[in-house]
Amino acid sequence: MKAMFLKRALQLITVVWGVGTLTFILMRSLPGDMAYRIAASRYGQDNVDSNAAALVRAELNLDQGALTAYWHWLTDLLQFKLGDSLVSGLPVMDTVQHMLGHSLLLAFAGLVLSVLIAVPLGLLSAWRGNPLDSVLMGFSSVIRAMPVFVLGVLFILLFALHWNWFPVAGFGSPAYLVLPAMTLALSLAAVSNRVVRDSAKQTFQSAFYQFSRVKGLSAWQTFRQHGVRNIAVPVVAFFGIQLVSMIEGIVMIESLFSWPGIGHGLAHAIFARDIPVIQGAALVMGILFVLLNTLVDLICLWIDPRGAKKL
Amino acid sequence: MKMTLSQWLGLSILLALLAFSLLGVSLSPYSLSEQNLDAIMNAPSMEHWLGTDHLGRSMLTRLSYAVGLSFVLSLLCMLTSSLVGTAFGVWAVWGGKKVDTILGVVVNILLALPGLVVVLLFAAIAPGSFLVLYLAISLVQWVEYFRVVRAITQGVIQSPARQSSQMMGFGRWYQFKRHIWPAISPSVFTLAAFGGANAILTMASLGFVYVGIQPPLAELGLMTVELFPYYSDAPWLLAQPLVVIALMVFAFHLLAGKRA
Repeated sequence: MKAMFLKRALQLITVVWGVGTLTFILMRSLPGDMAYRIAASRYGQDNVDSNAAALVRAELNLDQGALTAYWHWLTDLLQFKLGDSLVSGLPVMDTVQHMLGHSLLLAFAGLVLSVLIAVPLGLLSAWRGNPLDSVLMGFSSVIRAMPVFVLGVLFILLFALHWNWFPVAGFGSPAYLVLPAMTLALSLAAVSNRVVRDSAKQTFQSAFYQFSRVKGLSAWQTFRQHGVRNIAVPVVAFFGIQLVSMIEGIVMIESLFSWPGIGHGLAHAIFARDIPVIQGAALVMGILFVLLNTLVDLICLWIDPRGAKKL
Repeated sequence: MKMTLSQWLGLSILLALLAFSLLGVSLSPYSLSEQNLDAIMNAPSMEHWLGTDHLGRSMLTRLSYAVGLSFVLSLLCMLTSSLVGTAFGVWAVWGGKKVDTILGVVVNILLALPGLVVVLLFAAIAPGSFLVLYLAISLVQWVEYFRVVRAITQGVIQSPARQSSQMMGFGRWYQFKRHIWPAISPSVFTLAAFGGANAILTMASLGFVYVGIQPPLAELGLMTVELFPYYSDAPWLLAQPLVVIALMVFAFHLLAGKRA
């Protein structure tokens, strides 16, 4: 337990350092005079003169040497001084907090939906066997071959533009959440239903499971007493692996559906070269990634206390 | 190595796409960015086999260029990351405790962030650069090879067969070829097939959010965004990049075999 928390804390530090360093390199490697570029994106191309550039230079400490600047950059970061957006001028902290709420909503909705899809289908294909098994597995391989954004584009074309059931993109009423969450859920479920199926199949065939049937428990009692937990361990552990694809999926889906979350913000900031926002968004994503991983570890321990010795 | 039927199928789809790309790029009479505003969004015809896009550019030329670009990137990333990952993986086991610890730290730093976020950050440094894209994707992907190769090699290093061949005085290269490579090669091939698919996906994803390869070059994700506004007038245009991406990824998955 202790070792696990220590490992995750170290990971958190590497995330902060890694993002900070990468964005620092990014800041230094902007072509041309940084102060002019930033002043141009802030005041418009026509209003830039050497005064404006000097102002920006003084404000952002751009005249320091590389090492001092790096040190300042990291100490600011550790105090969570993320600065202001170069484009809108708003504090990055507020922007990122605002975006995080939307991203969490989408992630949570997508995750719940994917569990609702993957678990019943996986159990069904393990329980029924062929031909249903082959059909479901084949179907999920086809979905798996599609990148998330292709899936999303197909959903928009069908449900939003052809049938007009849901709005195309944006944010507002709950109807806006349906398509992005469905896209995320399907792309996750197409992978995890196979894990549910394999895990369930293995449990159903194991000696202890057969024995509990032989000793007279009903099918449902056996499943509840001996099945659920044993099936759940690999499934939850796999979710830890799937977190990567979930966060990547969020970046793509938010950009596609103009969902005002972190991924959308990150893509936009990269396009506009708004470095403080890039840093803030990447930082929050990394921290989110580590926290969710810790959560998965904890749930695994709770389901299967035997694992505590291994960690 | 014996390949299953589905692996052959995957390989033939990939070879067909490769042939399409090579023939398309070399034989097409149109250039990549040659516009003809009198003939925009044409349906497939004798002059333009796959139609023309919203600027009257030949879709066949653009699609074959985009497919070629995806293949070049995925092959480069596969080669680089598998070589680096395998070499470091074996070295971590063979090179003693110190090497293993240092490599472990490096790997943990790389694993601390989701791969796409790392690639996005690199793409921010030099937008539209193929080289940076290639380096970033390889940087993310070699970790997978490293972890798998290291885990398998640990078992092989301890095996009596390898130890006796060391005691008989065979060199390290021979030991690697004779004992380690046969144990790791199936996993490396599977990882490479998935890695190829992932490289294509990542490049298309970046193109799709507009921070990857920049216009007027043709790239599958970029073409999807460019053609999306015209879906109702010319659905066959939007379908082309979508179908090709899905087909490429599917073929790589087939090639990887059962172990998903």
